Amino acid sequence: MEDCLAKKMEITVSEAEKRTGRNAMNIQETYTAYLIETRAVESQSEGQCAPVESLWRRYSEFELLRNYLSVTYPHIVVPPLPEKRADFVWHKLSADNMDPDFVERRRIGLENFLLRVASHPVLCQDKIFYAFLMQEAGWKEMVNETGFQLKADSRLKALNATFRVKNPDKRFTELKHYSDELQSVISHLLRVRARVADRLYGVYKVHGNYGRVFSEWSAIEKEMGDGLQSAGHHMDVYAASIDDILEEEEHYADQLKEYLFYAEALRAVCRKHELMQYDLEMAAQDLTSKKQQCEELATGTVRTFSLKGMTSKLFGQETPEQREAKIKVLEEQIQEGEEQLKSKNLEGRDFVKSAWADIERFKEQKNHDLKEALISYAVMQISMCKKGIQVWTNAKECFSKM
Amino acid sequence: DTSLVEVNSFSPSVPISPSSMINQYKFEDGPELRDLFITVDDPESHITAIETFITYRVVTKTTRGEFDSSEYEVRRRYQDFLWLKSKLEEAHPTLIIPPLPEKFIMKGMVERFSDEFIETRRKALHKFLNRIADHPTLSFNEDFKIFLTAQAWELSSHKKQGPGLLSRMGQTVRAVASSVRGAVKNRPEMFTEINNYMETFSQKINLLDKIAHRIYKEEREYFNEMKEYGPIHTLWSASEEDIAESLKGIASCIDRCCRATEKRMAGLSEHLLPILHEYVLYSEILMGVLKRRDQIQGELDSKVDALANKKTEKELFSEEIGKLEDKVERANNALKADWDRWKQNMQWDMRSTFTNVAENNLRYYEE
Repeated sequence: MEDCLAKKMEITVSEAEKRTGRNAMNIQETYTAYLIETRAVESQSEGQCAPVESLWRRYSEFELLRNYLSVTYPHIVVPPLPEKRADFVWHKLSADNMDPDFVERRRIGLENFLLRVASHPVLCQDKIFYAFLMQEAGWKEMVNETGFQLKADSRLKALNATFRVKNPDKRFTELKHYSDELQSVISHLLRVRARVADRLYGVYKVHGNYGRVFSEWSAIEKEMGDGLQSAGHHMDVYAASIDDILEEEEHYADQLKEYLFYAEALRAVCRKHELMQYDLEMAAQDLTSKKQQCEELATGTVRTFSLKGMTSKLFGQETPEQREAKIKVLEEQIQEGEEQLKSKNLEGRDFVKSAWADIERFKEQKNHDLKEALISYAVMQISMCKKGIQVWTNAKECFSKM
Repeated sequence: DTSLVEVNSFSPSVPISPSSMINQYKFEDGPELRDLFITVDDPESHITAIETFITYRVVTKTTRGEFDSSEYEVRRRYQDFLWLKSKLEEAHPTLIIPPLPEKFIMKGMVERFSDEFIETRRKALHKFLNRIADHPTLSFNEDFKIFLTAQAWELSSHKKQGPGLLSRMGQTVRAVASSVRGAVKNRPEMFTEINNYMETFSQKINLLDKIAHRIYKEEREYFNEMKEYGPIHTLWSASEEDIAESLKGIASCIDRCCRATEKRMAGLSEHLLPILHEYVLYSEILMGVLKRRDQIQGELDSKVDALANKKTEKELFSEEIGKLEDKVERANNALKADWDRWKQNMQWDMRSTFTNVAENNLRYYEE
């Protein structure tokens, strides 16, 4: 990680702004733009700060960047973007993309994305990425000029390969299962967490009603009045405390969501491997059949049933010259095929090697991040309980003075 | 003429509130003045050709001289409790008779003989009898003693005595007639104050009752969701290696939170909800007591008015009026004393109940 960009440069997504503009179909639309600020980190500065460079990007440009990276580095588990639309909402959160809380959480997610890319040993060196950070104008054209869209594998081809591949590397098959499981368990967890949050919100908020009624009741009481009144105040505090608690929990949910989306990135790498492996198997199969054809023509034996064999039996054999020509063509093809096969094999092995290296790196990152997230969740719960203890201790005192 | 038992020496000690259902022998600080211990338990279902009903076992232990024995065990059904209450109301129209659990619950979710319903009723009946036992006047009532000690057949024959249905109806008619007369003109200031207080109190206690039920409902829904939350983490830990332990740890913590939530809910339903409900019923009872006092006063006032108009038969009237005046005074005093006692009890109950809620919550968060 010595040379990674993150060490040399501070990157932040510091602001979000609503804009209106015309889109590709010349229709007016509102969108949010995010301000990316970068500043070089001086290793031995004399108190001088480097100037801050900044530019504005919108979400669709982030998407473009990520697509480019996924296609260009198929052996890398590319960090995911924060969700496009709010998902796993519980009733208080709105599902509106323009909602300020959503925009804020997205801003943080985008910053996180940039930091992840910048700290990746391979990705951080990409020129397009660098330009994304530094060059506002003309970046889109630059990306398109790389022609990366052409390199992208079609979905259909990938699906086909998944079903037909015969000998994928076992580790990738396991990894695919793992990423499926991870995705399903995290999304289940997030759904239930949202429901739990909803209910907890309800419990806290109803206690707020106590505050009001206690206060009204205290008006007619003499000895109990003060105790009731102050207890009511504590009930209000209790009811209000849930808002901050749940907001903090949203950040935890976002951390889990990142890994939910990472599962998709893992699957993409597995798919690429399956595609390459399938390609390889097809090429090998093709080569084998050509070799057979060649042999048959050369020796005149028909080992396997073929239409050629049948037609030649029915309509007479070809002339020796025709046969020679065919054999020549086939021999050339076979030679080409063998070279292709060799290079495909090499490609495949390289891919497996470098992909697996990145996957190991990813695994470590994931374990570290998730552990930290779980710990921070536990800490949050403890803090919530401590607040609860405080409020109810106070309330108890008020009650006992009634 | 209904007899009014003189309010004897008002017990100076802090009234002991039977807020603990489980251990009725638990005492707060203060001198042990209790000499009558009652429990209501063991509901049993009886099926006859005509009806099905539940009886409860009522066990009494006492050191009082007027009881022939020191221990009694009888079985009583809800009807018997209703009878006792109406006898007490008859004998002491301006004393605050504790509430009985309702005949049925309108909410409709609880079946007539469901276990939950029976248990709630049993607890309320237990409370009812203990409140009477604590009352300096009511606990010496003769019908109360018979209720606690008589065998079933003895009780039914005793019930048949006393003012018949018709005469009781007559009393009710007179009562309604006098209440129609509207606000009593000579009502002492104190009782007007009490009336105003009770109107607001009744409103607030009803609200609190609703709020408490709502909280219970929300907590139950929260508990239901939490039950699902823990196992997901365990499921996840099955796919992981490094973080499996952490995930399992979280799963077990969530399960512990679930159990703590259950305890919290139980605390609510055992302590807060019954007390709030009891005081909702109490506020209705108090309005009734105030009305009856007004009626008694109304009788006096109307006689006084009549006297002012009829100069003849003065002597006869004045004797009657004298009696009525006494009656009114006794009624007022009884009510005032009982009111003070009730207020104190209420305060004590509220304080201890809400403190209990607070403690429950503390325990919950500590766990």
